[in-house]
Amino acid sequence: MAWVLAALAAWALGIWANTRLARLPRSRGTGLAVPVIFGLTIVVMWECLVRGLNVPSVILPPPSAIAARFAVSTHILWEDFVQTVMKGALSGYVMGCGGAFLLAIAIDRFPFLQRGLLPVGNFVAALPIIGMAPILVMWFGFDWQSKAAVVVVMVFFPMLVNTVQGLQDTTTMQRDLMHTYAAGYWATLLYLRLPAAMPFIFNGLKITSTLALIGAIVAEFFGSPIRGMGFRISTSVGQLALDLVWAEIVVAALAGSVFYGGVALLEKAVTFWHPSQRGRA
Amino acid sequence: MRNLLPVLTVVAALLALWYAAAVWLNADWAYDRAQRAGTTLNFSALVADTWAQDKPKLPAPHQVATEIWNTTVEKKITSKRSLIYHSWVTMSATLLGFILGTALGIGLAIGIVYNRVMDMSVMPWVIASQTIPILAIAPMIIVVLNAVGISGLLPKAIISMYLSFFPVVVGMVKGLRSPDQMQLDQMRTWNASAAQTFWRLRLPSSMPYLFTSMKIAMAASLVGAIVGELPTGAVAGLGARLLAGSYYGQTIQIWSALIMAAALAAALVALIGLAQRITLKRMGMA
Repeated sequence: MAWVLAALAAWALGIWANTRLARLPRSRGTGLAVPVIFGLTIVVMWECLVRGLNVPSVILPPPSAIAARFAVSTHILWEDFVQTVMKGALSGYVMGCGGAFLLAIAIDRFPFLQRGLLPVGNFVAALPIIGMAPILVMWFGFDWQSKAAVVVVMVFFPMLVNTVQGLQDTTTMQRDLMHTYAAGYWATLLYLRLPAAMPFIFNGLKITSTLALIGAIVAEFFGSPIRGMGFRISTSVGQLALDLVWAEIVVAALAGSVFYGGVALLEKAVTFWHPSQRGRA
Repeated sequence: MRNLLPVLTVVAALLALWYAAAVWLNADWAYDRAQRAGTTLNFSALVADTWAQDKPKLPAPHQVATEIWNTTVEKKITSKRSLIYHSWVTMSATLLGFILGTALGIGLAIGIVYNRVMDMSVMPWVIASQTIPILAIAPMIIVVLNAVGISGLLPKAIISMYLSFFPVVVGMVKGLRSPDQMQLDQMRTWNASAAQTFWRLRLPSSMPYLFTSMKIAMAASLVGAIVGELPTGAVAGLGARLLAGSYYGQTIQIWSALIMAAALAAALVALIGLAQRITLKRMGMA
């Protein structure tokens, strides 16, 4: 009972602190503190409620148990991280996005292809591509190559559509100006159209960064060597070792956030001129 | 209609590529079998063989089409082998998850727009929640919910919900904030209450955003339902067909389930597009 009361107290404290902070003028400090307090409150409530209500750890382990498990099995987690994120997701992401980027530049020269590929690409981008995973695992074997292939297929079309749209995002006036400078196709591409396309390209890169991780993990459900995050999650669920599953989830969440954050930082550096970036301090 | 010819060209090129790839990928097996039978294959025999194998590496489009025809039109809908039955199982989970996710998304968006504390505390976590590959936890959610006695439709729908609420929150927050200061001031000069401002100004002007995000949410919801079917031991649904097919090497079955899933996604998204056109037209926005 005391634990439940503690959870309620944490909840009240969190809300009180956040309401006070939200009334202060908006600044970097409050903008960071409010979500952090919110997250901490949830973790504390989770811990107290799981203990207070005697939730069995095969249903929901408390955060402290997850942290303890995380600390003792870092080598397993690291091995899975390298297998899934480094080998599977990142290599597929680079190949898929790079390929889509080059293809977008190639078809940009042919309006006919563009008009044909854009609707098809938009259609394919909305399909449950993840279903290709069993087929690709069959083709490329159980190791990371098949995971990279799944990631390539998943990121390809969103990236293609975004890049093609970005390359069209110049006004006639801008193109005429390049024309008066006697700029050829390559100069126009390099100095006007690629920079103008950057916000779209980064939008594609951001969307596909989460897709890449999902693709690599889910592909492991269809067959994998005896390491990898997807493999570990599905086998640990079978053994009811839920604390290890949650530790993997923490790793996945951290990897996903760092991946996304890295792309967002790069975007900030490259497209500093864009209105959506200039508005922020 | 201007785009019809280019689109058809691209689709035809893709089909041609598919047939060519089928020949290339299945050639090994065809040569292997011919060698064991002591015959040699000329080119036309090779092509004919690669397009008609039982368990090809890549089935040719017409094989998939035949399989789909056999498992939809020729089978009874109640049969376990009918793709329509499996599509129905997946679609019901998708729709339930989509409805739950859209409701949750709209609720959160209203809270975020009207409450400063929620805006500052919840919004960053909504964004962070999507960097967690939820599909990775799908097996755990299913097993845990099974352990507490919830099984069947709901666990899959919960995964769909998690995937589909995000686009709705982001779109609706943008949409509910889309009326500009002048319009809000106008409401104030009319002495409109907060509820009236919401129903008469904010909600109507958020409609285009809502429909756009609902299309994304529907596609995500279907993905969630399919992946949610994987760990349940392949009982029913398109995801189960995919898993069973991959266990037994039934490539034609995998591809037909995949095409059905694509058709389902296209149909559901098109349905929302239709609702969007009708609604916006009646509101005089399109």
